[in-house]
Order: sequence, then C-alpha cells, then structure tokens
Amino acid sequence: MIDVFERRIILVSILVMGLFILAIFYAMGARKADVTECLPYDKTYETARVEQLDKTTYQIFYVARMWNFEPSVAYIPVGSEVDLFVTSNDVVHGFNVYNKNVNLMAVPGGVTKTTVRFDQPGVYKVVCHEYCGTGHQNMQAEIIVNYPKKQ
Amino acid sequence: MQVSRFLRNTILIELFVPILLLTVGIYHGLMQVIYRAGVIHQSSVAKLDYYQGLTLHGVINAVVLTTFFAVAFGHATIAFYLKKEPNKKATALSMWLMVIGTLLAAAAMLAGKASVLYTFYPPLKAHPAFYIGTAMLIIGSWVAFFDWVTIYLKWKKENPETNTPLAIIGTLVNFTIWFVCTTAVAYEVLVLLVPWSLGHTPTVNVPLARTLFWFFGHALVYFWLLPSYIMFYTMLPKLAGGKLYSATAGRIAFFIFLLLSIPIGVHHQFGDPSIGRGVKLSQSLLTFGVALPSFITAFTLAASLEYAARKRGATGLYNWIWKLPFFRKDVFLFGYLINGLILFIFGGLTGLVLASYSLNNVVHNTAFIPGHFHMTVAGPVFLAILGMSIFLLQQLTGKKIFLPTINAIVPYLWTVGVIIFSSGLMWGGLMGEPRRTNLGLTYLNPASDQYHPYWVISSMLGLAGGGIMFVAGFLYFISFFGTLFSKRSTEPLLDLPESEPLHEEKRIPVLDTFKPWLAIMALIIFLTYLPAISDALNNTGKKAPPYLPTDPTPVVQKK
Repeated sequence: MIDVFERRIILVSILVMGLFILAIFYAMGARKADVTECLPYDKTYETARVEQLDKTTYQIFYVARMWNFEPSVAYIPVGSEVDLFVTSNDVVHGFNVYNKNVNLMAVPGGVTKTTVRFDQPGVYKVVCHEYCGTGHQNMQAEIIVNYPKKQ
Repeated sequence: MQVSRFLRNTILIELFVPILLLTVGIYHGLMQVIYRAGVIHQSSVAKLDYYQGLTLHGVINAVVLTTFFAVAFGHATIAFYLKKEPNKKATALSMWLMVIGTLLAAAAMLAGKASVLYTFYPPLKAHPAFYIGTAMLIIGSWVAFFDWVTIYLKWKKENPETNTPLAIIGTLVNFTIWFVCTTAVAYEVLVLLVPWSLGHTPTVNVPLARTLFWFFGHALVYFWLLPSYIMFYTMLPKLAGGKLYSATAGRIAFFIFLLLSIPIGVHHQFGDPSIGRGVKLSQSLLTFGVALPSFITAFTLAASLEYAARKRGATGLYNWIWKLPFFRKDVFLFGYLINGLILFIFGGLTGLVLASYSLNNVVHNTAFIPGHFHMTVAGPVFLAILGMSIFLLQQLTGKKIFLPTINAIVPYLWTVGVIIFSSGLMWGGLMGEPRRTNLGLTYLNPASDQYHPYWVISSMLGLAGGGIMFVAGFLYFISFFGTLFSKRSTEPLLDLPESEPLHEEKRIPVLDTFKPWLAIMALIIFLTYLPAISDALNNTGKKAPPYLPTDPTPVVQKK
C-alpha cells in the first residue's frame, strides 16, 4: 500500500519528532526552563512594588499601563533570585527582559509569573513587545543589578 | 475544459480584488522596514500612521488575499475535477459578502478607526465596521464551502466506487478546518466584541477572547497553506515533467491536517496568564504531530522531482536538481512553487523552534516571529497564490502573459528578498528586537534615550530584504495588470496541470471518506480546548473596558 521508502521516512520523521519532544522534557526537568506559572488573579497584583523576602530573594510586582511599566526602575543586588509578577492595568502589553529568557504577556485580569537569577551586574532593559497603542515604542523599564553599590 | 461566463467572471473578480488591494498591502510592507530600520523617525507618512499601515499590511495580505484566493481556487478545483459548476446564487452571494465585507473593513482601517493590527486583541477597540466587515468576509467563504459540499455529496452518490480526486480531498479538508476554526473567531467577534465596541456590554474577558482568537489563529495558517499543498501534490510533479510519487501520502497528509490543525492554537499563548502549563505543554506536543504531514510531503515531493529530473536524463546523487525546469517562461508556475518550497524548509523548521514550549521564551513576540512567518505565509503560500492567480488569469481571459520573462523571475527575486529579510529579523529577534514596533521613533533613533545600537544591523538587513521583496512585488503587478489589460488572443478555458501517480494506486476506503476523520477531529478538539477555555474563564480576575489605541483612559460607555 505505502511504498517502502515512504514507510521509512514516516518512521524517521516520527523518531526525529520524538527527539525534539525529549529535548523539551530535558529542558523542563534538568534545566528548569518552563513557561509562566498560572496563578489565580487577585487585586494585590495591581499594586506595583519591589519586596525583599530575604537577603538574596526578591519579588517584583510589575503593573503595565499605556505606556510605561511600574516600577520603571528596580534595584537588585548581584546574585539574587527574583520572582517577577506581571499584570496590566489597561490593554495587553508584553514584557521581555533583554539578555534573559524572561518573556511574559501582561494581560488585564490575569497575572504571569516567572523566576530569574541575576548573576551578572548590569542594566537589564525591559521592553514592551506587544502592540499597545500609539505610544507602544516608548514603553520600557530597567532592572539595575548592582545594588547596594548604587550609592 | 470550458467554463461558463458567470463562473469565469466570479473567479476573475475574486482574484482581481485582493491583488488590487495587495498593492496597498505591499506598499505598507515596504514602509514597515523603512520605519523599523530607523531610516525615518516619524510616526506617519502620507497621513498613514505606522500601526495603521501595519494593520492594513496584515489584514490585506494575510486575511483578505488568502481567503479570496482560497475561494477562487476552490471554485476552479471543484469545477475542474468534479465537472460540475457551483450553484450560481450561492457563488454570487458568497462573492458579494466577501467584497462588501472587505470594503467595510478597509474603510475602517483607512479612516484610522481600526489600528488594532490583524489580531485585534481586545481591550484595544476598533470601529464596529472592522469587526462586521471581517465577519462578512468569513461568512462569504462559508457560503461557497456549503455549496461545494452539496456538489461533492451528489458526485459521491453518483460515483461511490471512484476515488475522490486528491485536489478535492484537499479543498474539502481545508474548508472544513476553516469552517470549524472560524466559528470560534465568529463567536469572539459577533458575540463578545461587536456589542462591546458598540457600548452595549461594558467589559470583555481578555484571556477568553485571546484563546478564541488562537483557536482560529493557528488553523488559519493551514487554511493559507493547504491550497499550496494541493498545487504541490497535484501540479508540481506534472510541471517538472514527471509523476506524483505517492498520492496516498497526500491523502494521509491532508487527513492529519484535518485532525491536528486546530487543537494546537495555545502554542501562541505560552506567555499568557490564566492558561495552565498542562494545556500549553499538551498543545505544544500536538504541534509536533502536525509537522508530520509536512515531513511526509517533503519526501514525496522530493522523490517526485527526482523522478522527473531523471526522466529528463539527469544522473548523479544530487546533480539531478539542475535538470529541473527552473527559469522557464512556459512553466513559470514551477518557479513559483519550487521557491515556495525552498523557503518552507526554513519556515517549517523555525516553526518547530517556536512550538517548542519553553524555548519560545527566547524569542516570543520578538522580530523572530515575523522572520519565521514570512518564510511560510510569504513563502509557499504567497508565491503559490501569485503564481496561480496569474496562471488562472491568463487561462480564464484567454490572454498572453505580459512580460513573461519578468513573470518567470519574480519568484526567484522574491525568495532572495525573503531570505535576507527573515535572516535580519530572526537575528534581531534573538537579540530581543520587538515585533510590531515603530523602532525608528525610539530604539533606532540615535537622538532618543532609548537608542539601542545592537539592532541597527539586523534591522538594516530587514530593510535590504524588504526592499528586494517590494521590487519583486512591483514587477509582479506590472505583469499581472499588464496581462489583464491586454487583448484576448485565444478562447478562455480552464486547464489545471494534473499529475498522474507514479505507482498504480488502489482506492483505500478509509482515505476516501470524511466521517471517521471528522469524529476524531471533534474529539481531539473537545479534549484539548475544553480545559483551555475553562482555564480562561475561571482564572481571569476581571474583565476589561474598551480602549482606543490613542488614549490611555477607557472609552466612556454610553448610558
């Protein structure tokens, strides 16, 4: 019915696909690379703030609105682990941290969360990468990783 | 074969309207790369704003052109293979719905009242005419489909033991996917967004609207692609001078598309809140399943082309490639199709990268995305549409192609442009360059605080490639409209190239019926989308009022 070469190519394709899928599971398990956590929404996410849990653990609650992020600048010490929570006050925005695999959507009525470590000092730019109106190209923020050396 | 004057004119109008609008779409494509590369630092040119132009570019090129073409090509395929012309009333109704809907949406976009991009994510609000116009375009395509189904059922009753032609299986699979997926977006638009944009309902559930959009949004790309697949299987081997290696493979591919085109839409929402990780992961894995038919197709087509080349006297392990009829004016359609396939190798592989769950975090919503989809929708899809449009135009009007050499070169030039353009965008995307952003105002404006020099070279590559694509598009318009306005030289006819199968193929009943496939399709969609929609409903804390793209305060509701 199906030609022998064709059967082989179907088998090989399925194996290749299986390999790709294994890679996804490897990344999730061994490298802890995952997509945003799914949290139930509540009003407290609408207050933008930086909270320190202990010496090296921080939480930043971002609120996106047309056309800025709050907090627009956040100071974090080198070597800290940061939970990022992102929501939006108006339309859909994007949240992409330059040079970090942080890539979230800011959606009204929902909150996205990811955890990231900052081991290198520097200014990490946050860019809005979802069209959110005429001021979209102005919308950015900064995470400055050098605190407490800022003084 | 001969076709009636009515059907001829309908098909010609359905080819002419979108190609005419495409001039606007391609102009805005060129403008995008100019703004983005920072050549100009302004928000609008010729009174058309960047984001307004981007909306026109997306809606015209990706929705209007593709839908009109799929319907026109479907009419031609049904009439040619089943030897029955579609019903006059249904065909006319379908055409008018599509034309009027398109005009409504175009008016809203050109007036600057619908600068919401082609994904129209709420709570950004467009003028109701934009939503209603798009819905009419979609409903118009349904009318044509319903009519084809009755023709097919009648034909099947008369020929129960004859294998349904592959092109008909492809067309019906394609429009079944289209009908099922567009019901979700029709619900989003007509039930959620139109009353909300008119002020009758105060708020809308944004994650739900996004989930419904992507139920449609990814199946949409297969709706673009399957007409090209029909051409690849039923025409390309013939154009190359050979035979189709396996028509059974084509049938299997089309039915896998039917099963898996829809239940994978959440892979566009990996960064979204409200939807659980389990739903995202399962739909990511299913996406690898829908890549399978493309792998099968790649093999079958390569085998068919190799057979054709060897028949032409080619030898050697790889040297046979050069015996294929590249750059030939008489088989120009081969050039359009083969270039599309070359681009699709890269388009398909980058698509697998994007579907790979957490790997998507690296490039989600960056310029990598348009880099990828210009190698799919502006690759095999767009080139097949251009090639087949001028092919049908020439046959149905009985005219000679104007500047045939130019027409034969267009797909090659276009492909060079896309490769440069997409390399630039994907490179930029890996460096975080956002998509859908007027970079020239801030990130690529040396006078701005936000100037980002890393993106200069990548966006310049985008400009170079986009410029070449624009030139290719412009040359195509000269050839297309030149043909249209030249004098008739022969009798109009419809004669699609028809590949014969290489091996004798028996009719396999399960690959010649829709019922079991439709049942499995419904089951998979139900299992995958029930949790997605329930997540969007249950995890969303509040609904959003409408906003205009120009104003950070919500639109005040009429009392």
